[in-house]
Amino acid sequence: MSAEPRPVPEPTPVSRPFWDGLAQHRILVQYSPSLQRYVFYPRTLAPGSLADDLEWREIDGAGTLYTFTVARRPTGPPWADALPQLLAVVQWDAGPRISTELVQIDPSDIRIGMRVRPVFYDLPETGITLLKYRPE
Amino acid sequence: MTGLRGEAAIIGIAELPAERRPTRPPLFTLDQYALLAKMVVEDAGVDPACVNGLLTHGVAESSMFAPATLCEYLGLALDFGERVDLGGATSAGMVWRAAAAVELGVCDAVLAVVPGSASVPQSQKNAPPAPNWYGASSNTYGSPQAEFEIPYGHVGQNAPYAQIAQRYAAEFGYDPAAVAKIAVDQRANACGHPGAVFHGTPITVEDVLTSPMIADPIHMLETVMRVHGGVGVLVANAEIARRARHRPVWITGFGEHIAFKTPTYAEDLLCTPIARAADKAFAMAGLSRSDVDVASIYDCYTITVLMSLEDAGFCAKGQGMSWVTDHDLTYRGDFPLNTAGGQLSFGQAGMAGGMHHVVDGARQIMGRAGDAQVRDCHTAFVTGNGGIMSEQVALLMRGD
Repeated sequence: MSAEPRPVPEPTPVSRPFWDGLAQHRILVQYSPSLQRYVFYPRTLAPGSLADDLEWREIDGAGTLYTFTVARRPTGPPWADALPQLLAVVQWDAGPRISTELVQIDPSDIRIGMRVRPVFYDLPETGITLLKYRPE
Repeated sequence: MTGLRGEAAIIGIAELPAERRPTRPPLFTLDQYALLAKMVVEDAGVDPACVNGLLTHGVAESSMFAPATLCEYLGLALDFGERVDLGGATSAGMVWRAAAAVELGVCDAVLAVVPGSASVPQSQKNAPPAPNWYGASSNTYGSPQAEFEIPYGHVGQNAPYAQIAQRYAAEFGYDPAAVAKIAVDQRANACGHPGAVFHGTPITVEDVLTSPMIADPIHMLETVMRVHGGVGVLVANAEIARRARHRPVWITGFGEHIAFKTPTYAEDLLCTPIARAADKAFAMAGLSRSDVDVASIYDCYTITVLMSLEDAGFCAKGQGMSWVTDHDLTYRGDFPLNTAGGQLSFGQAGMAGGMHHVVDGARQIMGRAGDAQVRDCHTAFVTGNGGIMSEQVALLMRGD
């Protein structure tokens, strides 16, 4: 039996600039001048202060591996044919963390704290680009 | 400080034996609630008419108006009705809410009941709902998980708990055998508790470490077995408690802390919410960690127990592995933990799994734990844990 189709994110009125950026292989993230920090995921108001000053800025997306796991059993039916899954959390140099998947690496070489770089992963026929990561 | 005065008590408990395959006839969750309500009221030995408060996680047959639906079905008019939505912390969250409502005089006796069987009657007319593999994540349009987690395969419980364990390992090191011992000691406890799904089947550290790796570093025997069951308690005021059949289990302290939904966005992944919740609970109860005779700590995974022991202050941060190795966590031991097997070895009856820990603590204080009874047991520490160690509740309960 073939695996279920992978879920594809559906941009919202709030998140649209992020996904439009990824489609152009650029990383646009919200920044709150009053908090003086970047915010992820996209929101209408800044977390904590609820300041109405979020603006989109471009970052290079480089970061370090905050944590990961190697899933030996599929986390859901769509990944039944995609084992092992290299499920990672990356901390951007810009500050926030992002959930992602590691690619172009042997599972035994993964180390927390390693430097990682973005991989723009275009999903054909959807207009969506996922942001995955590989070792620097 | 402000808080509970310890004037509300658990006076009745009920826990259905865990079953991997149901032998009981299918029951709607409404009927499961009613059955468990009858059991806790009869266990307490009080008149059902004294019940005028009710807590629920929700009933599968009604997506809204759960307290009113249950009120009508049970024929019990309510002065307090609430739905609690804290995942695995729901049950512990129910208990302090019930105690607070009783102490405020809002109501006299409160049902805190959690049905736990997925075996429900199926309609002949309507197709059964499709299996939902999103679990605790929401795949609804606009949900942060639908947009930023699920598309990368970040879904379910195993992987994010494993990510927490990996981060813990990077900061503090990781001794797989020490962590596995938690599951082994709890299995010994299950062997003293006939209702546990793994009663009669002890395991060794070797068994845990050779069981299949699910998501590094979590092995299969460090995850819970889904079972059919159901758990509930009756919380009442002092006047009713004095008339009830069993030794009252006074709720003397609690803390609740909700920090995030998805671990990626945790401010500090290794400082779990139970730290703050436990500090508040101990301060409220005027107790110290050494006063605890029995602990029942939410155990969806071994790593949850390890980090809860540290963050709740029973051992220093990062010292949990040697602490676990140095202590006997069985009901005969120097730190009795999850004496009915915990969810790892009793089984996890869905949302009722959280109430397993409440009943474990209450059963010990009531002196009704049978072969697994801890001697001179007067003070219990209980935790609930929802999501991915993202929302946690601590309770302190005492006998007279």
